[in-house]
Amino acid sequence: MSALMLSETVGTPVRQPLMRATGVSKSYGETIGCLDVSFTLNPGEVIGIVGESGSGKSTLLNVLSAQLSPDTGTVEYDLRHKGMSDIFRLSEPDRRRLMRTDWGIVHQNPRDGLRMDVSAGGNVGERLMAIGARHYGEIRAEGLDWLAKVELDASRVDDKPKTFSGGMQQRLQIARNLVTRPRLIFMDEPTGGLDVSVQARLLDLLRGLVRELGIAAIVVTHDLAVVRLLADRLMVMRHGRVVEEGLTDQVLDDPHHPYTQLLVSSVLQV
Amino acid sequence: MPPMISVSALSKEFVLHTQGGARIPVFHQLDLEVTAGECVCLHGPSGAGKSTLLRSLYANYKPSSGHVRVVHGKDIVELGSAEPWQVIEVRRRTVGYVSQFLRVIPRVPALEVVAEPARLAGVPDAEAEKRARTLLGRLNIPERLWDLAPATFSGGEQQRVNVARGFALDYPILLLDEPTASLDAANRQVVVALIKEAKARGAAIVGIFHDAEVREAVADRLFEVAAYRRDAA
Ligand SMILES: Nc1ncnc2c1ncn2[C@@H]1O[C@H](COP(=O)(O)OP(=O)(O)O)[C@@H](O)[C@H]1O
Ligand SMILES: Nc1ncnc2c1ncn2[C@@H]1O[C@H](COP(=O)(O)OP(=O)(O)O)[C@@H](O)[C@H]1O
Ligand SMILES: [Mg+2]
Ligand SMILES: [Mg+2]
Repeated sequence: MSALMLSETVGTPVRQPLMRATGVSKSYGETIGCLDVSFTLNPGEVIGIVGESGSGKSTLLNVLSAQLSPDTGTVEYDLRHKGMSDIFRLSEPDRRRLMRTDWGIVHQNPRDGLRMDVSAGGNVGERLMAIGARHYGEIRAEGLDWLAKVELDASRVDDKPKTFSGGMQQRLQIARNLVTRPRLIFMDEPTGGLDVSVQARLLDLLRGLVRELGIAAIVVTHDLAVVRLLADRLMVMRHGRVVEEGLTDQVLDDPHHPYTQLLVSSVLQV
Repeated sequence: MPPMISVSALSKEFVLHTQGGARIPVFHQLDLEVTAGECVCLHGPSGAGKSTLLRSLYANYKPSSGHVRVVHGKDIVELGSAEPWQVIEVRRRTVGYVSQFLRVIPRVPALEVVAEPARLAGVPDAEAEKRARTLLGRLNIPERLWDLAPATFSGGEQQRVNVARGFALDYPILLLDEPTASLDAANRQVVVALIKEAKARGAAIVGIFHDAEVREAVADRLFEVAAYRRDAA
């Protein structure tokens, strides 16, 4: 009897997705950027996008984060008060507001995501002001709090990022993006260009913050160790297409697509 | 009461595309049921497919065909067709897995490695840490190591941290891949005690135990994985 009462589902059967991409394609003239990509991202979920250089990872990320318009396909996002809406049909001010309040974008090169001639504290504080914070003392306190969270010394709060090391700049960029408590954060090669020891520290920090805050993230990287640590799910890209996707450990430990097998077998151990 | 784990007609074959498409059939049409409080020992020679079956029960390996169903709270989840977030939920609350080797996370101290699963399942920080301390203590990890990342630990110490992590939460289902492999007799007995306690509280356990003494102490029955080779009679 009791066996009959058990249903083959779990939790709430319908989950309201945070983002849904459908048939997203983007070319540069004859060159394919990404081709016919579809997926759904749930709140709090971390998706990794892997693939060799030129496979279309950054193109896809730039479309998803509204930095680039797709040729075809749609990207819908669960807007507060409005529900799922096509982000490319929003008015320019609405899209800007979305990007400022609900999203964070961590660029591979900190120069693209930081204001190099503004102090570290200012870089974090101006994001709070952009969403309406006005109280100077609170902004400064919150800024200092975030510097501590990303393990930057409080004594550097008035220094400009151009005096920082690459790893410090990247941590500052993360603080600048997380201070507004976004629901979704986009990261393109967040550990690229950093020394291995610096990478480990940054990864550990990101892992802690993403879990603690419960934010969703889309992380592009060519480094399988990064996704092993950070991502719940994985999409493997090749020539612009997603060739395999699934749970991160499943894709890495039991890859099915020839290209994924090649990718996994060409690193020593992840 | 339905079995906690129900495997039906499960087949697994690896296709190695990087090696000319070589096929490695592991098992074929395998059935297995494990009830609450029962401990099943996967048996057979090296390469028989014991770890492959265990990983399939954790949805770490995808079945070629067939089903793996587990009782998860009030529901039954079929792991092969479940969405990734559902599998993650099942792993968070229902199925614990002690892999053969600890996967070391840079910079995360042993105490946190052990406390993390309980914390992610919603156990308050203080309680999760207390439980982690108790387990590390019982498994004879010297207290001076608790705040260090296990990267520099010996093989046996890493394995004990791994075991502690697997028992940090009272999972209804536990999967153990050679949990005593590199342990001395005293620590083997600690693991035996942990397994017996888990059985007593009703956990369904599937394990691989090479040590005959451990096997006799904990296993209710042996399951011959090699009996499910495609060419087996
Ligand atoms: N702005 C651009 N103009 C022309 N081609 C581009 C541009 N950006 C990317 N591409 C091309 O699109 C393809 C995908 O590139 P990209 O998305 O940057 O890949 P990845 O991030 O995986 O390295 C590559 O062939 C690349 O040369
Ligand atoms: N991820 C994998 N990819 C390819 N082959 C695998 C993989 N995992 C296991 N195998 C193969 O499956 C067979 C069974 O291995 P395994 O389950 O580890 O056996 P056991 O644990 O009984 O020693 C072996 O031939 C092994 O090489
Ligand atoms: Mg790129
Ligand atoms: Mg094995």
